[in-house]
Amino acid sequence: MSLKSKSISSKSSLNEDERLKKISSLRVLLNRPELGALGGSILVFIFFGIVAGDTGMFSAYGMLNFLDVSANLGIIAIAAAMLMIGGEFDLSIGSMIGFAGICIAIPAIYWGWPLWMSIVFAFAMAVLVGYFNGIMVVKTGLPSFIVTLAMLFILRGLTLAITRLITGRTQVPGLRVLIEDDPLAWLFATDTFKWLFTWLGSLKLIELRTDGTPLATGIPPSVIWFIALTLFATWILMKTRYGNWIFASGGDKVGATNVGVPVGRVKISLFIGTAVASTIFACIQVLDAGSADTMRGTLKELEAIAAAVVGGCLLTGGYGSAIGAAFGAIIFGTVSMGIFYTDVDTDWFKVFLGAMMLIAVVFNNYIRKKVTESK
Amino acid sequence: MSDYLVQFNNISKFFGKVIALKDVTMRLKKGEIMCLLGDNGAGKSTLIKTLAGVHKPDEGEIIFEDNKIVFDSPKDALDIGIGTVYQDLALVPLMSVTRNFFMGREPQKGIPFLKTFDVEKANKIAADRMGQIGIDVRDPSQAVGTMSGGERQCLAISRAIYFGAKVLVLDEPTSALGVHQASMVLKYIVKAASEGLAVILITHNVHHAYPVGNSFTVLNRGKSMGTFQKKDISREKLLSMMAGGEELDKLEVELQEMDRIHNKN
Repeated sequence: MSLKSKSISSKSSLNEDERLKKISSLRVLLNRPELGALGGSILVFIFFGIVAGDTGMFSAYGMLNFLDVSANLGIIAIAAAMLMIGGEFDLSIGSMIGFAGICIAIPAIYWGWPLWMSIVFAFAMAVLVGYFNGIMVVKTGLPSFIVTLAMLFILRGLTLAITRLITGRTQVPGLRVLIEDDPLAWLFATDTFKWLFTWLGSLKLIELRTDGTPLATGIPPSVIWFIALTLFATWILMKTRYGNWIFASGGDKVGATNVGVPVGRVKISLFIGTAVASTIFACIQVLDAGSADTMRGTLKELEAIAAAVVGGCLLTGGYGSAIGAAFGAIIFGTVSMGIFYTDVDTDWFKVFLGAMMLIAVVFNNYIRKKVTESK
Repeated sequence: MSDYLVQFNNISKFFGKVIALKDVTMRLKKGEIMCLLGDNGAGKSTLIKTLAGVHKPDEGEIIFEDNKIVFDSPKDALDIGIGTVYQDLALVPLMSVTRNFFMGREPQKGIPFLKTFDVEKANKIAADRMGQIGIDVRDPSQAVGTMSGGERQCLAISRAIYFGAKVLVLDEPTSALGVHQASMVLKYIVKAASEGLAVILITHNVHHAYPVGNSFTVLNRGKSMGTFQKKDISREKLLSMMAGGEELDKLEVELQEMDRIHNKN
């Protein structure tokens, strides 16, 4: 019986039966995970262009304002997206931001460390926290949701307890004076392309203050970090062996292990990635504000995950993109700032955030079905 | 040098008090397809894992190309050239054909520390290899999820061969497939064997095994009931052996007996 059918199934019949169906170019486009977020970003810009086009939202100053917010969220969203592609979650991102903040501020202010040393210390702590998250998840096989939820409480509690113990308060101010001449702090605290804005100001192309200097002084460091991290993460995911391992680890842990992918090491490194991204976020914010606050970063983990999901990441892992997460962050950042320029009460932002995420999840699920559809 | 490429001699495996395998012997020549037949619980899975280096045999020896070897991990078995394709295939449906093909063993290019995944080369090899078995992958970046079950099976086998398998261990490659798809996979297995690979085909489907196999080893309750050349055994005999033929015979006798008693009354 089998022999007979064997001879019948010649190569040509295979081609005709199963391979002839053309995939439309629309379908190819739909298969890209970032499509939804890109479309969403365009819609958001069109919407605010119509509603708030004449309010100053799209002046240089206004644009840098919402780009800054988007970029800050984007830095953690990209790391969260990579971890999600790798099949895990990190709910301790927000707490890590607060923790990293005081890791910078307390040594610098209370122990007299040079600022750069405190920054290095904060990153070292981030690597430790990320490693701990990762090793717990990998070794115990517990869901990362539980492990990092525990870490969310532990880190926030530690941040509060240590800060109050050492300083007696919940805020540590006084960092601004230390930034100048520090060999490392400029990385997180320098506006770039100032000459461009001065030049544009001299041409009266952008808004000026009463003293003649431009209102927008330069590109904030968050935006540079955001762009650099987006490119770096995309390069890793699309162009390196490690990127393939991330997809494989999230797509099918057992299968990946069977063909020799070091799944445990990949996951641990991704947890370190989210903790380090949180610390970059913390450095930028703490140095910008000049103070660390124990509550800094609260709920940021959920915003980061929301941006990653809107950007096309599947909650089950194995699918998504860094560019998608970047656009997800741009959508949230733009709406959260843009809403101030409209007549809409800002309370509605959260409603939008939730609705957007719900739509994205439904859309992503549909796409996943399309992608894996058997012919 | 003996005729055999690989020999598994008197393999036994115990889990505590449970005897999972006892004195199982299998010897394969190059180009031979040996079908390992057995009902559920016969010990097929344990044997596969022992062949693949997941379990260490408690007794017996593995001889590969006349050298006695001990596997400490699945990687050892892979390195020596025993490629196992598990039932779950180790394919990720959401990932592309290329990315699956090279999963864990991606070709790289570039300078150290900045090495990149050579996607063009990988695409070319993957499309090439699939083309050789008659699967026209026009776009190697399409997701594996869009392929049929038979094509996925062929992809997994093709991958094992590409990465240097000399002995292919295939775990139920046709169990989830329809007739057409199954024949496509079987055809590929025959082709692989004709190119000099030794194939161990694990299945409980005699109808799939009989046409392609050169020899048949029947496993029952952890013990080998012997290895038979194709000319020495019929399909029916194989079927009754692996299904515990005696048990069925006994059942038949009992039923007749019941029938007789019933008729008497």
